[in-house]
Formats: sequence, C-alpha cells, structure tokens
Amino acid sequence: MTDKATEISAGGQATGTSRRLRTAIAALGMLPVLILLAAGFQFMNPRFLTETNLLIVTQQSSINIVLAAGMTFVILTGGIDLSVGAILAASAMVAVMVSLVPDWGLLGVPAAILVGLAFGLINGLLIAYIKLPPFIVTLGSLTAVRGVARLLGQDTTVFNSDLPFDFIGNGSLFGIPWLVIIALSVVVLSWLVLKRTVLGTWIYAVGGNAEAARLTGIKVPLVLLFVYGVSGMLAGLGGAMSAARLYAANGLQLGQSYELDAIAAVILGGTSFVGGVGSIWGTLIGGLIIAVLSNGLILAGVSDIWQYIIKGLVIIVAVALDRYRLQAGART
Amino acid sequence: MSAAAKVETGRQPVLEMRHISKTFGAIRALQDVSLSVHAGELHALMGENGAGKSTLMKVLSGAYRPDAGGEILIEGMPAATGDPIKARASGVAVIYQELSLAPNLTVAQNIFLGNEPRRFGIVDRDQCTRRAREIIARLGVSFSARDMVSSLSLGERQLVEIARALSTNARIIVMDEPTTSLTSRETDRLFEVIATLKSQGIAIIYISHRMEEVYQLADRVSVLRDSGYVGTIERAELSASRLVSMMVGRDLSAFYKKDHRPPDAKRAVALSVRGMSDGRLLKNCSFDLHKGEVLALAGLVGSGRTELARLIFGADRRTSGTLELDGKPVTIGSPREALDAGIAYLTEDRKELGLFLDMSISDNISMGVLARDSLAGGLRDFAAAERRASKAVADLSIRTSSVQANAGSLSGGNQQKVLLARLLETEPRVVILDEPTRGVDVGAKSEIYRLIDNLAKQGIAILMISSELPEVIGVADRVLVMRDGTISGEVTASEGVPLSQEKIMELATGAAQQ
Repeated sequence: MTDKATEISAGGQATGTSRRLRTAIAALGMLPVLILLAAGFQFMNPRFLTETNLLIVTQQSSINIVLAAGMTFVILTGGIDLSVGAILAASAMVAVMVSLVPDWGLLGVPAAILVGLAFGLINGLLIAYIKLPPFIVTLGSLTAVRGVARLLGQDTTVFNSDLPFDFIGNGSLFGIPWLVIIALSVVVLSWLVLKRTVLGTWIYAVGGNAEAARLTGIKVPLVLLFVYGVSGMLAGLGGAMSAARLYAANGLQLGQSYELDAIAAVILGGTSFVGGVGSIWGTLIGGLIIAVLSNGLILAGVSDIWQYIIKGLVIIVAVALDRYRLQAGART
Repeated sequence: MSAAAKVETGRQPVLEMRHISKTFGAIRALQDVSLSVHAGELHALMGENGAGKSTLMKVLSGAYRPDAGGEILIEGMPAATGDPIKARASGVAVIYQELSLAPNLTVAQNIFLGNEPRRFGIVDRDQCTRRAREIIARLGVSFSARDMVSSLSLGERQLVEIARALSTNARIIVMDEPTTSLTSRETDRLFEVIATLKSQGIAIIYISHRMEEVYQLADRVSVLRDSGYVGTIERAELSASRLVSMMVGRDLSAFYKKDHRPPDAKRAVALSVRGMSDGRLLKNCSFDLHKGEVLALAGLVGSGRTELARLIFGADRRTSGTLELDGKPVTIGSPREALDAGIAYLTEDRKELGLFLDMSISDNISMGVLARDSLAGGLRDFAAAERRASKAVADLSIRTSSVQANAGSLSGGNQQKVLLARLLETEPRVVILDEPTRGVDVGAKSEIYRLIDNLAKQGIAILMISSELPEVIGVADRVLVMRDGTISGEVTASEGVPLSQEKIMELATGAAQQ
C-alpha cells in the first residue's frame, strides 16, 4: 500500500460532507453558473429571456463553440492552439474568394474547411514530429497565418453580396438558425469521437500521461497530429460560418483574439489545462456562459470597457474553481 | 558504545512518540507505534518497504495527523500534530530523498529559502550570507555560501539540505535513505557531518536498508513490521540475524514460489539479444532468454538494467544491437513494434510511466488492445473492455469496488496488478518486468510472484529486473548481473546449490575482479 493512494479514501471518510459537495460540483460543472447568470440578467432586464434574444445569444456563441470544440481536443492532450483566430480569418477569406467563382461558389465552404485543416496539420506536424512546444508553434502560426489572411485579399476586405451559402449565416431550419445547428452538430460529433471511439480514449490517455501512452503502444504523434488537424479544420469551418454571416471577410480584423474566447470556453467548461480531464459538454456550457455574459452585459447597459473587465474576471474565477474541483479528485 | 552509554543516563528524551496509529480508510498504516529518541543519538529505523517507516516520519513532520490517542512529546512538552509548520518550529526537520532545492539559487539563498533574514522588509543578503557561512562552518564542508547549487554534487546538495535544517535550529533531523544516490566518498563525508551533528546534541532518525551503515552509525535501532512496532535494540546487542528476524518475522521459503520447471539447455531460446549499445551507458550487451525461464537482471542502481530493458522494448534509440525472437530476426524501433512482436514491458515507475490515474481501471487494462477490440468505424467496444477488466480483477484479485473506478484510487499493489493485467492482455511471448514488486505490500508481492511462476509455466519468457536480492534468488532460475552498462557475469544454480547472493554482489560491485 502506498500512502498516496490511500490518502484519498482517508480524506473521503474524514470529511465526507465537504467531499460529497465537491463531487457534486465537479459533476454538474459550470451549469449552475450558467443558470445563475441567466437568472440574474433576466432580473436586470426582462428582455433577456425572450425567444428572440436567446436565438441571438446562441447564434453569437456558435462560432466560438465550434472553435472551442477543436480547442477541447487540443487541450485534452495537454496542448494549446493559439492560431485558430488567424486560421479562421484566412479560411473566411478563401471562402468568400471561392464563392465569387461563377457556378462553383458553393465550394467556398469545403475550401475554407480544407484550408483550415491544412494549417492545423502543419501545426500538428511541427508539434508531433519535430517535437516543438505547442505554445510556440501556434504562437508562430498565429502571426504567420494572419499574414497569409491579409495577403490573400491584398489587405483589403473581400465582399460577395450574392453569397451562395449565405443561408449558413443567416438562414434557419424549422426556426433554428443554421449556425446553431452546425455548432450543436460539431459538439455531438466531438462527443462521439472523444467518448465513443478508440481514438478518443487515446486522446485522453495522451493528455493524462503521454509517456505511459507511448509505452502502451499508442502512436502519440498521430494522436497529436489528429487533434491539431481537428482544431484547424474546425477553425476553417468557423471561417466559412463567419463569411456566411457577414457576406465578407477581412484578413486583418476577422477573428482577432477569437483564440482567447475559445480557450476561455474550454477552461470554463472544466477541462484541465494539463490535459487528460474534461468534456465537450463542459465546453458547450463554457461557450454559452461567455455569450450570455456578453449579451447580458449589453442588455444591462454595461459599457464596452467594463464588459472586458468583467469577462476577464469571470475567467479567472472559473480557473480558481477548476483548481478547487481538481483538488476534489486529487491524488496528493 | 560511548554514545549508547550516554543516552542511558536517564535524561529526558528529546523526542517521544507515544501510541501513534494512523489509518487511511480501512487500511491501517501504523498501529500503536512508540518511539523515543535522545539528544545526540543516532536512532536507526528499519523495516521492509511498506512497514510504516515513512508514514511514521510523516506523522512526525506534521504531514499526517495521527489517529486519536497518539501524542508527540518534544523535550517532554506535548507538540502539535498534523501541522508541518509547527513541527518545523518545534525543531523537527526532514531531509527528503527527492531533494527540494532550487538549483538556480546560491547555497545561502537555498538555506534561507522561505525564511530569509530581513531588514526593513527587504532580504538582508549580507546577513543571509554571513549566517549561511556560520552554519556551513559548523558542518565543516568544502563548498561556499555563494556557490550555485547547480554546481554542487548530489552529496553536497544533501549537505545543503542539512544546513537548511540547522538554520531553523532543528534538534531532530530525519534522514530517509540519505546515501542511496551518493558515491562512497560522499557517503564518508556525510558520516563525518553526522558525527558533528551528534556531538552538537542533535538527534538523528536514520532510515536505511543498508545493514553496514546501520552497524557503523546507529546507537539504537528500532524495527517496524507490518505497520507495527517490533522492538528496539541497543548498539551492543546488534546482530544481523537478530535484525533480519525482527524485520521479516516469517518464514521466507513459503513466500517465494518457484513451481515451474527451470529450463535446461535444450529449451528453445525465446529472445536473443546481441550487441546492444545506446551510445551513452550501455556497451555491447548480449544474452539469451529461454522459453519458460525467469531470468533476473541484477545490479546496482545506475548499472543500466532499466536502460537495457527499454532498449529491447524500443522505448529508447539504440546505436547498435540486434534482436531475434524465436530464432527470427526482428527490428523493433518503437514500443508499438515491440508489442506487436510479442514483447511486453512493465515499467519501474508506475505512476509516471505506467498508469493513467484519471482514467478507469477498465480503460487502463484495455489501453494496449483498444484497436484490436474496436467495432466498425473505430468505435470502442465497451463490453469487451468490461469483460477483460472483470476477468483481470478476478484473476489477479485486484481489490476495487468497480472496474469503472479511477486507477488513481487504488493502492500501490493493486495499481501494479492493473499494469500487469494490461501487459498480459497483449498476449506477450516475452515479458520484461522492471522492479515488479517495488512499493507494493507483502500480500500483493506474493501474488505477483505466483503470477510470474504461472507465466513461466505457460512457457512465457520472463526477464525480471530487481534490486532485492532475496527476491532475485527466490524467483529466478538464472541471474545476469550488470555493472557500468555491461553484463558483468551470470550466476546459475547448480544441482542442489541455490543461487549465491554473495556471487551476485561481487559481480555487481566489481569485487570479483579485485
């Protein structure tokens, strides 16, 4: 018997109530926070919980949730992808430019996704096979891909007022915006991959203990290549969604600091920054919290500047909660 | 002897631990242990792994709170328990095996780390250096207060730890296996420092497995076994046979199990290793491993045993060497290729290199065969994983409430069994076990020995790395000994003559050549 392993059961029996409370908090995740926030904003402004406004909130959060889904894969392996905002911009540029090709305009969407996938795979190759740190690789591509995005349109905004796939950004199916349908589909597919496939288990294993994963025969570099590929591809999809919503793309402005919102959503969702622990449903809730905060603060008449400050503080508090939760399941 | 006589003068002990018990859930880690230590005494604490030594010291240092009824007296005064800061303030210091120094700071900075002398709220560097010099002078060591810790050897770093203990006016210093990673010169240096400390009236609790050190240093020896206190012997009554019988307290012959038939020369070679080198430590290692054989790889820590195992398994890159499996050459460049070829490896460091502590026992056991079990489209076959896990839990008697529990919630012995289960799921023909019983309790140990014996009976070839000589002799058919990255010799049992512990030690230390 080792002392470390027995420590948990000791803690469990000594402080049963507080432990049970912590376990409950860990299981529920941030859902109570989301509900409390929504209730609070409703109290401040009754327009918050109306159908119109809720549609706006979900629509606004959809692109971030798509990016955050990809980010969840990456952070589960203990990595980080700072380049998703820039990849989104480059993909959106490609989406609009391809949409201008007569008769082939619909190909803008797959083109954007492929461009995103390509950038993601480049990140993945550098991280998995050259073994460079993810932070540095994606910090580099954040800058470089932003440059590519500007280069694509000679640093101008490209427009297409007759966008063939504009229904994605502005249309609905049975009253549900396409953006929301896409975001939810991405979440469900991510859940399927992470929780129901062999690859998903490998992703958790690599994040939990990369060296043990290697010694167990898991091809760690392939897993890493996959997660950065997914993150890039979903950023590409986000680019198409963004282009479809705006009928335009600008390489300089689009997607600025989107990576931060995506990371914030993942962390708010309770995924551990060191990898191995977390869930896509948490990310969904994290993304919704960020959207509710932005929307609710606007409705409550809080100035733009204060919105930044409050959102930042919420992220820090969330990380503090994350620590507390980690301690609940801690192995000293 | 004079020291032993001195402590008998009836003075009050500097430390008394009375009726200390400690339970973790259902597991009793300490049961009514009492210990008293006098000023200027070196009190050795001995016992097998898992006997409770570390737990007792963690109670002393305040890391654990003893169960109700236990008390700690320091110089006759009841001391607070379960509070590391108060324990330190009352004069208890622990020198840890994993050194806790900041290598990028100077010796003086490290000595006063977290306890810096201040003037007007600012760290007083002059005073810091001056007081560090005084303490270093007291120890009589060769490095200076301004040296960077990164420039010091491991042995010197340990002395810095001791200096740090002195800076807080420690009166009781606990040393846990302090010589494990020291050279013999550093060890002598440490012993001189220990003599100095004793002459200054400091009590030392010394945990060690090395008999010769205990003979050389101890004024008294206390022995723990199976979480309980066995007894204390004075220096004058110290003898090896008495110590061993106190520590073991049971018949060892039934403990190890060797029912499988040791292979004779005609048995087929399962794994043939030729000319393995890694360009750093290992030089030209060659040996044959037969089917159904338990071959032990013995040697001192750092002799290259783990390195050789990892090279065979493809975990590290080799600069030369070839492998043959069942007479056919194989190329192995990664653990995946080794597993596919039928070679499995159990790591010596199960927490860092083996387990996925946040994942379920079921996932941990199936991790190596997920792809083999998968359904169409790469979907997991959870039923298969559950079946494998339930069977393994039953076969290896892994004690857990559910196969869905996290691996991190298991005790060391059960964690080790989970790793063994994972390894067996890959249906290996050659199994490399690196310290298979490290840090597991006695019950799990004998179960692991039985498992090894069963594998050998099935014709699986087993290479077992072990630092415990009784285990090597009790379990193995044949022993290879490594020294300085080469295989320095082989020890075999002949008709009626068991494997010789002395011969192994000679080969491991190089004494055979002198």
